[in-house]
Amino acid sequence: MSDAVPLLRLEKVYKRYGDAEVLRGVDLDVAEGDVVCLIGASGCGKSTLLKCSNLIEPVDGGRILLEGEDITTENTDPDRVRRHIGIVFQAYNLFPHMNVLSNVTLGPRRVLDMPQREAEGRARQLLDRFGLADKATEYPDRLSGGQQQRAAIVRALAMEPRLMLLDEVTSALDPELVGEVLTVIRELAESGMTMVIATHEMGFARQIADRVCFMSEGVILEQGPPEKIFGAPQQERTVAFLRRIVEAGRAADLEAQT
Amino acid sequence: MSGATVARLDTARRGSRRRELIISTASTVAFFAAVAVLIVASPGVNKVVESFFSTTGFEDSFGPVSSGFWLNVKLMLVSEALVLVVGLAIAVVRSLPGPALAPLRIVALIYTDVFRGVPLILVIFMVGLGLPALQLEWISDQSVFTYGVISLVLVYSAYVAEVYRAGIDSVHPSQQAGARSLGLTQWQAMRFVILPQAIRRVIPPLLNDFIGLQKDTALVSLLGLVEVARAAENYASSTFNFTGYTMAALLFLAITIPLARVTDWLIERDRRRMAATGP
Repeated sequence: MSDAVPLLRLEKVYKRYGDAEVLRGVDLDVAEGDVVCLIGASGCGKSTLLKCSNLIEPVDGGRILLEGEDITTENTDPDRVRRHIGIVFQAYNLFPHMNVLSNVTLGPRRVLDMPQREAEGRARQLLDRFGLADKATEYPDRLSGGQQQRAAIVRALAMEPRLMLLDEVTSALDPELVGEVLTVIRELAESGMTMVIATHEMGFARQIADRVCFMSEGVILEQGPPEKIFGAPQQERTVAFLRRIVEAGRAADLEAQT
Repeated sequence: MSGATVARLDTARRGSRRRELIISTASTVAFFAAVAVLIVASPGVNKVVESFFSTTGFEDSFGPVSSGFWLNVKLMLVSEALVLVVGLAIAVVRSLPGPALAPLRIVALIYTDVFRGVPLILVIFMVGLGLPALQLEWISDQSVFTYGVISLVLVYSAYVAEVYRAGIDSVHPSQQAGARSLGLTQWQAMRFVILPQAIRRVIPPLLNDFIGLQKDTALVSLLGLVEVARAAENYASSTFNFTGYTMAALLFLAITIPLARVTDWLIERDRRRMAATGP
């Protein structure tokens, strides 16, 4: 890792829900342009880590720094932080009462005070780039799951975030729709977008990640380049997790798809 | 399945649908015929028809009753407009999180508890007779109409606030997360994401309260306002004929029935616009 200040840094982050400690001292640096994939069993803390990074969930201990600035202090304005960190959810969370174009322009218009014409122009460019040009005036319910998730990604991108957090964005999709969403993410990675991606798609993580973090029981147990994590994992639990995945046949299936 | 089988099934289905139609028509006709016979055969039928449905009664009562009704319409329109705003404000206050707003939430809670619990008729008396008796400048020299509006707004805002709040609660928390993740403030998320969805969902129950309010405008006659019920009563006491009441009922129906149809149409339009129509 370089000497430059990382775009996002987590220092000893703790988070508990009631009695359950979900994050138990997570350290993570994400440099500008990095694509970091978080893998690990369900409930290991991947989603919580992303939600804490976006301040949707407050942390119980430790610090999170965005470009060197602590965003977990009392004085932080979470709305200002969220402008710079886009997040995409497993269940899309599109607004069903607005068409796609309004979904995408809501943030720029209301948060960035962009004039409607400009916001719509830029939204249409983004929709066009991600193959949704003809869906601009459709309502979310009329789109396929894959289209909805792409629209949700465009909605987050319209805020021109410094960093994108993707929270298992393909987990709710039918298998045949996963590919189109992964293609979008791949294009984003190639364009230099900094991303932290929680995913179950091991084949995809191996292809796209600069760094893979294996999470277990609320900590990052092992991290490194994908070849190392998938090819020569050091920790026993990483080995066991990857073996389970292979046994479930998922890795092979997804390899074939992507 | 062969084509012939499909065709046969189709015919069979058409046949059973026709049978259902015949049965429903026949039972409807039979029911209303029985009711009609019962009424016509009742000993007092001529008297009732004369008292409640007399032709001259309709002609003579139309003027005073409809001008009284116009007052109800004004009461309803002014009150309803205020109720929609006040009720929404209370619901939003009750739905906002954060410890700093706790006192406001408590005030809103007490308000809804009190005014949903006290009968409108008592509120009308307390406002209509109590406020003037205070002998305060401005507060005590308002018209009876204004006191009527105040009473209706106080009571109905409490009901409507609960309707709105149910709507707000019915919007999934992930919508809030989606809105806040874009950097929208708590208030902007409420204004642009939560409320538009909540209000669409509560249009039918809102209309229900709207109809209730419209009927309850008649209670303002207790303060001496000559609105439709009082006008009909005046007609009845001067002619010993009750057709004025029927007239008043018809006037209410003339507003509520179209209103119900408009709401149905609004809901249907919304449903169609957002519904999936894919293959």
